[in-house]
Amino acid sequence: MHGFVQNIGRTALNFLAAFGRITLFSVTAVRWIFTPPYYWQQLLRQIIDIGYFSLPVVGLTTLFSGMVLALQSYTGFARFSAEDTVATVVVLSVTRELGPVLAGLMVAGRIGASMAAEIGTMRVTDQIDALDTLSTRPIQYLVAPRLLAGTICLPFLVLVGDVIGVFGGYLVGVYRLGFNPSIYLARTLEYLEVSDVTLGLVKAAVFGFLIALMGCYHGYHSGRGAQGVGRATTNAVVSASILILIANYIVTTMFFEG
Amino acid sequence: MAVTPKIELSSVTKSFDANHVLKGINLTVAPQESLVIIGTSGCGKSVLMKCLNGLITPDQGSIKIDGQEILGQGRAALEDLRRRFGMTFQFGALFDSLSIWENVTFRLRHQQALDKSDARDIAAQTITQLGLAASVIDQYPAELSGGMQKRVALARAIVDKPEILLFDEPTSGLDPITGGVIDRLIIDARERLGATTVTISHDMASVRRIADKVAMVHNGVIIWAGPAEAMNDSGVPEVHQFVHGLAEGPLTNEKPAASPAKMATS
Repeated sequence: MHGFVQNIGRTALNFLAAFGRITLFSVTAVRWIFTPPYYWQQLLRQIIDIGYFSLPVVGLTTLFSGMVLALQSYTGFARFSAEDTVATVVVLSVTRELGPVLAGLMVAGRIGASMAAEIGTMRVTDQIDALDTLSTRPIQYLVAPRLLAGTICLPFLVLVGDVIGVFGGYLVGVYRLGFNPSIYLARTLEYLEVSDVTLGLVKAAVFGFLIALMGCYHGYHSGRGAQGVGRATTNAVVSASILILIANYIVTTMFFEG
Repeated sequence: MAVTPKIELSSVTKSFDANHVLKGINLTVAPQESLVIIGTSGCGKSVLMKCLNGLITPDQGSIKIDGQEILGQGRAALEDLRRRFGMTFQFGALFDSLSIWENVTFRLRHQQALDKSDARDIAAQTITQLGLAASVIDQYPAELSGGMQKRVALARAIVDKPEILLFDEPTSGLDPITGGVIDRLIIDARERLGATTVTISHDMASVRRIADKVAMVHNGVIIWAGPAEAMNDSGVPEVHQFVHGLAEGPLTNEKPAASPAKMATS
């Protein structure tokens, strides 16, 4: 019993310590975003990497999710003769929920891992120490541009993903389920409100920040050798994915109008 | 009148959790002197070197540069201090995502807002002084051999003419000929800049070429320090074993031997 309580206490303390370290790390990094010098080249590189090169993976994910959603909604709603709400369900689900969450999870896998691996490798090969010796603050040079790029790019990716996801639903609705194209489009727009899209974009910005934060934090504190970098990469993806799901609930609750 | 040492360490200690790496380092380096630190792997040489330019903060003790205490200073003072240092790392630590000219002129571009054309010219000029072709400046570190990477790292360290140069195992992983070339370049750079240098090395041929003074770290303290030519006659068993690369002796991988500190006058 004593050992059990001790384990719980140790786990709680470790959790609090990690939470404190991550909070301090993020506060420091955010402060450097607004402090000169600004590393525009680094920021541009990250924007291209996150925003442009993630487009295919986000596009494919939302396209097929929108298609599946149309099929599944039809199956369910047909049971109580509400098939004509499929378009509305697809657009609301994609913009409010599926777009940001799926894009977030896919980008966490792609970008979170890549950031952790790159910064982790820089850590184990002394490149981060080299930055310090060259009078450059590593967090300002490496972390701040990534956080900013993640926060800017995810909403853009989600916006594109929303359009593609709704288009996927449209393709299935019209060509597989036989809806009239104009009626499907009208239904898509009929109940869609600006706040639905805004909610998704706010979520995306939060997710983008969390993905970059986890990638940078775990990479920056990577252990020695290939094993250390591997562990940092895994931790970055897992922690970013979990935080996305938690943050999704928190943001949804904040905007919930029950 | 006694000359103020360029670098002066007194009772410097550093621990990582229960691992007491430095247990009271006392060491001086005169202006324009070339000190080489030797010692077995894991004895704390790199930690000691990183204490000199503030990459690692000692737990206790004093580190003075030109008689000025550097410990306990703020971030801005530390950054000013680092501008007086150039450093190369064991594996080069070149930035993979940047080209050679961007690596070499990294500090100049970020601190002095140097434009691209001037930066490329300076990079080309610096690396040609180190025996590389100017055309290399547009390549990336991964495209260069180990010896070429070491030269680029050296170029990055000396490009803005620092007062103190730190070299962490500059010849490790190189063949003897390339190692000899790197040593020659280090000596040339030191003479040209009039810099004080601190080098970590396991390569005794290299130590003999570049050192004015040698210090051996063992068990977290300097067990011997003296002129390079006195190294063979130090009278310290650990130094004798290390210098001659003997398998038998007080230094073992399994159990570091305790040894009284013995300092030779330098």
